[in-house]
Amino acid sequence: MVRQYETVFIMTPVLSDEQMKEAVSKFQKYLKDKGAEIVFEDHWGLRKLAYPIQKKSTGFYHLIEFKAEPALIAEMELEMKRDERIIRFLTVSLDKYAVAYNEKRRREKEKVKAEETK
Amino acid sequence: MANQQNSEIRYLAPIAVDIKKKKYCRFKKAGIKYIDYKDANFLLKFVNEQGKILPRRLTGTSMKYQRKVSRAIKRARHLALMPYVADLLK
Repeated sequence: MVRQYETVFIMTPVLSDEQMKEAVSKFQKYLKDKGAEIVFEDHWGLRKLAYPIQKKSTGFYHLIEFKAEPALIAEMELEMKRDERIIRFLTVSLDKYAVAYNEKRRREKEKVKAEETK
Repeated sequence: MANQQNSEIRYLAPIAVDIKKKKYCRFKKAGIKYIDYKDANFLLKFVNEQGKILPRRLTGTSMKYQRKVSRAIKRARHLALMPYVADLLK
């Protein structure tokens, strides 16, 4: 059964822009290779952490929303655990309300964007 | 004397009896079905200044949504969007 998931991960701030993009694309590719369908992606950029993690007070946040088989999640999380560039991650399965909420938010964002460009 | 016995006790100013405002569950009222853990500013309403989750009896949230609030806050804490412990959060 395919379900919709949402993963947020934090990368170390010591990475350069390219290294960070490389890390992101690695997981995009990983998901696609394993047969997951990426629905949405959002890069939050460098953010201050509420408390230090691995003695770092900032981090690059990245969010991926995707559809996948449940068995893939454990594999992906193991892959993230092994990756030293990622200092924290959280995968959440989305119920129907969450999916609706995310879609609504995306639509609103697009509306704001469209008005700005006008 | 008879007059005094009949008279009721009168106050100069009306005594301040707290008219309790009925608490309500803001999620039920607004029809919110999903509580986003990524929205830390919103979740800030449900913690005290030390970052502890406020009890239902103070916020008025219904049990169903209190569970969702606490889950969202715990997720936000894991992602360092909110602190586990803090001082003077507000």
